[in-house]
Parts: sequence; structure tokens; C-alpha cells
Amino acid sequence: MPPAAELIDATKKYGEVQALKSVTIRVELGEVVAMLGPNGAGKTTSISLLLGLRKPTSGKALLFGLEPTNLLARSRVGVMLQESGVPQMLKVREIVDLFRSYYPKPLPRDRAIAMAGLEEKTNALVKELSGGQRQRLYFALAVCGNPDVLFLDEPTVGMDVEGRRSFIERIAEFAHMGRTVVLTTHYLEEADQLAQRVIVVDRGVVIADAPPAEIKSRVAGKRMRFVAPALGEKDLEDLPVSAVTIKDHSVQLLTNQPEFVLRQLFQRNVEISDLEVSGADLEDAFIAMTSH
Amino acid sequence: MLIRQTQAEFLKLWRVPAFSATSLLLPLVFYAFIGIGQASQRLQGTHVTFGAYFLASMAVYSVANVMIFSFGISVANERGMKTDVLMRATPLPPLVYLLSRCVTAIVFAALTLVVLFPFAYIAGGVRLDALEWFTLAYRVLLGSIPFIALGFAIGYLAGPNSAIAVINLIYLPTAFASGLFFPKQLLPQIIQNISPYLPLYRFGQLGWDAIGAPTSENVTTDWLYLAGYGVAFFAIAVWAYRREESRKFS
Repeated sequence: MPPAAELIDATKKYGEVQALKSVTIRVELGEVVAMLGPNGAGKTTSISLLLGLRKPTSGKALLFGLEPTNLLARSRVGVMLQESGVPQMLKVREIVDLFRSYYPKPLPRDRAIAMAGLEEKTNALVKELSGGQRQRLYFALAVCGNPDVLFLDEPTVGMDVEGRRSFIERIAEFAHMGRTVVLTTHYLEEADQLAQRVIVVDRGVVIADAPPAEIKSRVAGKRMRFVAPALGEKDLEDLPVSAVTIKDHSVQLLTNQPEFVLRQLFQRNVEISDLEVSGADLEDAFIAMTSH
Repeated sequence: MLIRQTQAEFLKLWRVPAFSATSLLLPLVFYAFIGIGQASQRLQGTHVTFGAYFLASMAVYSVANVMIFSFGISVANERGMKTDVLMRATPLPPLVYLLSRCVTAIVFAALTLVVLFPFAYIAGGVRLDALEWFTLAYRVLLGSIPFIALGFAIGYLAGPNSAIAVINLIYLPTAFASGLFFPKQLLPQIIQNISPYLPLYRFGQLGWDAIGAPTSENVTTDWLYLAGYGVAFFAIAVWAYRREESRKFS
């Protein structure tokens, strides 16, 4: 069986800007995959190629082994795109019914609305919805066709912590139905909670493609945080540290030798307070991998 | 799918009073202000009343208005809100999308006639025979096709905020210059020289001829002119669509 979605050596240029450089990604049916990366890394471009919204400059994008513009392939896919609007003057139930009519075997309308947690807004006009509710409507539109694969481009952007948490649960619920989910996100915790596989993209290149645990383990070592008013980045140049950030005198860094680093700092008479040493998490791994 | 899409397109337009109210009611207001006062006067040397003549003018005005506005505004809005991007990712065939819009616009255009005809009959005392009513109705619906293409072209070329202004700036002056509000003979000479080349003028001629008013050329000439404009507008619309396509989706 062909994979659910596939980029084969795909390159994408927008004029002079190279958004993707020979990217190869393969998503099997039933997988939950998170694409992670800073702004402009090429996440949205990857999704656009897979959905047929953009054409690769070279290489290939395939959905179920077919061209992504093929309506047969599209009828098995649900999407949530960044900043894409829907008609303001339709009611929630009307637009859900409209989108259901595009698919061969849609979910019942009330089920789709319930999966998005929009039961109370069934009869509201789209323009009356709040930002978070609108995001949930887009989710309802993405799942209402009962798709095999769900593409979510930054689904929780602009939501508060609680909104994000419950939204992630809804996505997980859909994934538990045995469906494939491909999501892009800035938030590492989301990738950690949801995905079996994390694809880290940076500057148009895949720099890691592995389970979250493995990515975390790549940054063997500890994260140190402390406050040191007199310390500059120059003072740390000869020490075995990486991913250094100094902001308002509070220092964060990654190292495999926290004891050695501390000893050196004390020997140099650097004043340190509020010291914390902890195991590196996915966020640190991410910072370490994408810091230039 | 087509039925649902058409329902949705209709509701989208119907719930925008700036569109639905103005396209249904404005022609009635114009008819009341300009047409009714002298409705029973006969045009020079004919049996046709001004009421009937102005009914034809307003039928042409309101149907072309629906075509240009419904397409122009909905396409421009959709581009502004990026709904077009989302729709492209769905399995909705583009042809169904286009067709649903055309059906919606034609239903809306027919609605304006359903309101306008009885109004002219009752308030303007317009009496036509059955064939004349029918001829007027089908000619204005058929002749409005070039204006669908024009609406599309404007929708793709104008920004979402400027579409309404652009359409008004083009549509209202040409409606005046084409003699839809005042007979052409009352317009300045320079505009009279231009008007035979305006698509709305040709469209108007079809309407006036349908109710038996004299026109400058025969109806075939008017149809040919309109067909020519239709081809030109369609070509512009396709060009604008392709331009958009290569910017946004390639």
C-alpha cells in the first residue's frame, strides 16, 4: 500500500528564496507525525506541497500514491490551514453540512460538531465566533469528511494554555480512531504529547526524523540556568557549553559537564545565584539542534 | 454537492443586506422616482408608454447589477479572506463551485425581476402582452452572461476592499451613459457618441426592443455586440484567474 503522504526529494523555491531543499518525508497510514521548526523553516510549504496547494520546483509530492490535486486523494484528506477564512455569513451547522457534502462518507453533522466542542454554537453565524471557537470550527470542518489523514498547520496558534490543552486532546481522540495525523507546530510539548514521530525542519532541510524520546536523548546532558549579573557570552566561549542565551543577566545553557562548567565559573570569581540544573527536554533538544 | 453549494452561496449573498437589499429594492426606488411620474406618457410617435420603457431599463440595470456585484464581491472577498485556499484543499470540484455561483446569480437576477415586474404592473400601470413579458425576462437573463465574466474579472483584479468601489465607479456611470436612467437623447452629445459602444447600451437595446420601443439597430446587431463583449470579458477573467493562480498556487 502506498504511504499516506510522501515528499520525494522535494525542492521549493519562491523566486530567489529556497523554502525547501531536497526534502524526503514519508508518512504511513495510522501514524501521528509532528513537524517542528522555527518560523520560515518550511513547515507550511511542506504541507502546501502535500495538499497540492503549491507545486514543487523539483521532486515529487504524493497523497496515497496519487497527485495531491487528484480529487480521489483529496476526498480522503481533511485540512486545517493557517489563517484561512470561511464564509462569515453562514451558520456553523450550515457550513459543516456544506463541507460534509464534499466527501463520500462524512461523519454525522452533530458528531463532527461535538468532536470540535462547538455544540453550543451550532446555530451561530461564523462571524459571531471568537478566535478560539473559530479554530475549533476549522477543526470540525477538517474532520467532518471522516478523512483518513488529517493535516493540521499550526492548529493551536493564538490559543491560551487551557484552549491548547483541550484542543490537543481532541486531536488525540481523532488519532485514536486509527487515523493519520500530520501537524506542524511551534510548541514542543504538543509534539511530545501527540506524535509518535517528530520531524524537525530548519531552513528548508530535515535535520531530524525520529521518535520524541530519541530526539530528546540526542542532547545528552543538562540544562543549566542561573543569574549572573557580570557575565557576558564572551566569558563562556572557551567552556564546553551550547545554546547559550543571556537575557536580563539570567543565563541558560546546555552542557554535558555541568560540574566542570561550575568549577570554572567559580574559579573566575563569577557571582552566581538561583542556580538550577535539570535534564534536557525536547525544547532544549530543539534549541540545540536549530541554534546556528 | 451542487445543491448544497448553491444553497450556501445563496445564503451567503442573501445575508449581506448591502447586496440583497440594494439589488432587490434599489431598482424599485429608481422606478418609483423616475418611472411612475410619467408612466402613462407615450414615447414620441409610438404606442409604448414611458412606464414600459423604463421597466425595461430597470430590468436591464438590476440584472446586470446582480451579475457584476455577486461575482465581483464574492470572488474579491474570498481572496481577501483566503477562503479560496481552504476550498482548494477540499475535494470540491472547481466546476461545481463555479456552477453553483452561476445558478445563485441567475436565481437572484430572476428574483429582482419577480419583484420589479409586479411593481411596474401595479404602480406604473404597465400593460404588456404575455409574449412581451416573457421576451423581456429571457433576454435580460441571457444577455447578462457577459456581465458574469466582467464580475469575475473585477473580482480577480481588484482588492477585497476596493472591489465595491471599483464596480460602482464603472457600473453607475456607464449605466447613465447607456441611457438606462434617462433616454440617450437627453445626454450630452459627447456621451451620446460613446454610448453605442457600451455593453450596457447594447444590453438596454435588447430590453427596449422586447417591449416594442424603437431602437437604433436591429436586435441581431445588439446580440453580436454583447457576444463580442462576452468573449472579451471572459478572456480578461481567464487571464486574471491565471495570474492569480501563478502567484498563489504554484
